[in-house]
Amino acid sequence: MRISTIAYIFKQGFKNIWRNLRFSLASIATMAACIFLFGVFLSLVMNFNNIVHAAEEGIAVVVYFDTGTKQEQIDQIGNDIEKQPGVADINYVSADEAWESFKDVYLEGEDESMEGAFKSNDNPLANSARYEVYLDDVEQQDTLVKYIEGLDGVRKVEKSEVAANTLSSFNRLMAYVSLAIVVILLAVAFFLIYNTITMGISVRQEEIGIMKLIGATDFFVRSPFVIEGILLGVIGAAIPLGILYGVYERVINYIVTKFHMLGSFLQFLSVNDVFRWLLPVGIGLGVGIGFFGSIFSVRKHLKV
Amino acid sequence: MIDLRDVSKSYSKGHPAISHMNLHVEKGEFVFIVGNSGSGKSTLIKLLLKELDPTSGTITVNGQRLNKMRRRKVAKYRRGIGVVFQDFRLLKDRNVYENVAFAQRVIERPTRIIKKRVPEMLTLVGLAEKYKSKPDQLSGGEQQRVALARALVNRPNLLLADEPTGNLDPKNSFEIMKLLEEINQRGTTVLVVTHNREIVNAFRKRVITMKKGVIVSDEQEGEYLNEN
Ligand SMILES: Nc1ncnc2c1ncn2[C@@H]1O[C@H](COP(=O)(O)OP(=O)(O)OP(=O)(O)O)[C@@H](O)[C@H]1O
Ligand SMILES: [Mg+2]
Repeated sequence: MRISTIAYIFKQGFKNIWRNLRFSLASIATMAACIFLFGVFLSLVMNFNNIVHAAEEGIAVVVYFDTGTKQEQIDQIGNDIEKQPGVADINYVSADEAWESFKDVYLEGEDESMEGAFKSNDNPLANSARYEVYLDDVEQQDTLVKYIEGLDGVRKVEKSEVAANTLSSFNRLMAYVSLAIVVILLAVAFFLIYNTITMGISVRQEEIGIMKLIGATDFFVRSPFVIEGILLGVIGAAIPLGILYGVYERVINYIVTKFHMLGSFLQFLSVNDVFRWLLPVGIGLGVGIGFFGSIFSVRKHLKV
Repeated sequence: MIDLRDVSKSYSKGHPAISHMNLHVEKGEFVFIVGNSGSGKSTLIKLLLKELDPTSGTITVNGQRLNKMRRRKVAKYRRGIGVVFQDFRLLKDRNVYENVAFAQRVIERPTRIIKKRVPEMLTLVGLAEKYKSKPDQLSGGEQQRVALARALVNRPNLLLADEPTGNLDPKNSFEIMKLLEEINQRGTTVLVVTHNREIVNAFRKRVITMKKGVIVSDEQEGEYLNEN
């Protein structure tokens, strides 16, 4: 196809929007609302995911040993655990260290006699030598725990199941709910574009007939309407994406300053991290909804 | 060029608009079609453009059987034909320039050619200054000339003109008809439907007279028959 023809078809597509301005604006507004909410949801889900992930990394599996387990065997257990998939980091805390840290926390400022009383015996926390195993991925926790429990010399494995599961299932629920809302909105946007194109076709039925008699192909008559639909979708997507881009960092900054005690453990994503996904998906939705909305209308109402 | 074999066309149960018509037109001919109002002249033009399909009989144009033509081929077929419709059928929301240019866009002419051809055509029909007007800002005669410019701009090998001078004064009518004769001399087969006795008699071409859907006379160098 010639460049001139493509240019002509695009120009007609733009003109169609202009001719049917009220309907076009309604479609663009719906599309924009839809993509805006989609953007908000996606930002929330992505940030939440990020926070959950950060939290997950802080969750450790703790491994205790049988009484009298030799240091070499403990080292061996450490090596074995480290080789398991999903293990991000492993940290050995000896009985002495455990005692020191216990004293720091609970016996600080107590008089010497208290400490002395304990000291006369052996380390009271002799059994609390342990590994703290940090995971990349909480999903791997169960497998890992089973494996560790099967190792010789392991007395007990503590895991933090509840926290991990609640976090990821809450995240999943949020993703599903927002997905459902977005799907409904997309359907509304689809029907508005469909109706806008159908309107345009019906008021121009006579013209279309004339074009056909002069020798215009179906493609030639239909394409401007499809271009119109795609343009409505893209404009409708571009506006909210622009707004979100401008507003995102401000909102994050506001949250961080307003609730600064949260700021320390809430790790927010930068606007570029979010837009790496949001931009292509948002524009893609705009193009897709516009294309299918108009194609369906043209197929149904433009039987020429 | 054109071959009709026993062609009939009925719109409804009443009298057929065309009835058992046989007609042969050679490539390069110039033919006037005359006849009373309602005798089926426009119907014949519509059949030739495949705007309508005959109720029975076969139509062949340029070696192509219209009855059997695939839907997809129709557009291509029509591009080889220039038509002036009796009711003009201009695109109402486009100006004169765009109306004429449209015929060129349909055949995918590059814009630079269109920019040259369209003004030439408009000058030829005497509408160069009005290129920006919309059809509803033009007189009947002016609209007719836009329709003619659109029909001719692609240099078709067949021109079907349904009363192309119906709204023109005698002087303009003569000029337009001269233009059609010139185009015919360059090789285009021309079919002109007209009620204009002076023109038919002046040009001494083949004249086909229709009455109630039937050809009642077909004369080389014919004359406009008195109505009876
Ligand atoms: N769309 C239609 N539906 C029903 N009947 C029609 C239709 N178009 C034309 N006719 C009838 O067919 C017959 C021939 O019409 P046609 O338009 O071919 O006549 P014409 O020779 O072009 O007349 P005129 O000189 O007035 O233009 C007429 O009796 C007319 O009433
Ligand atoms: Mg007629």
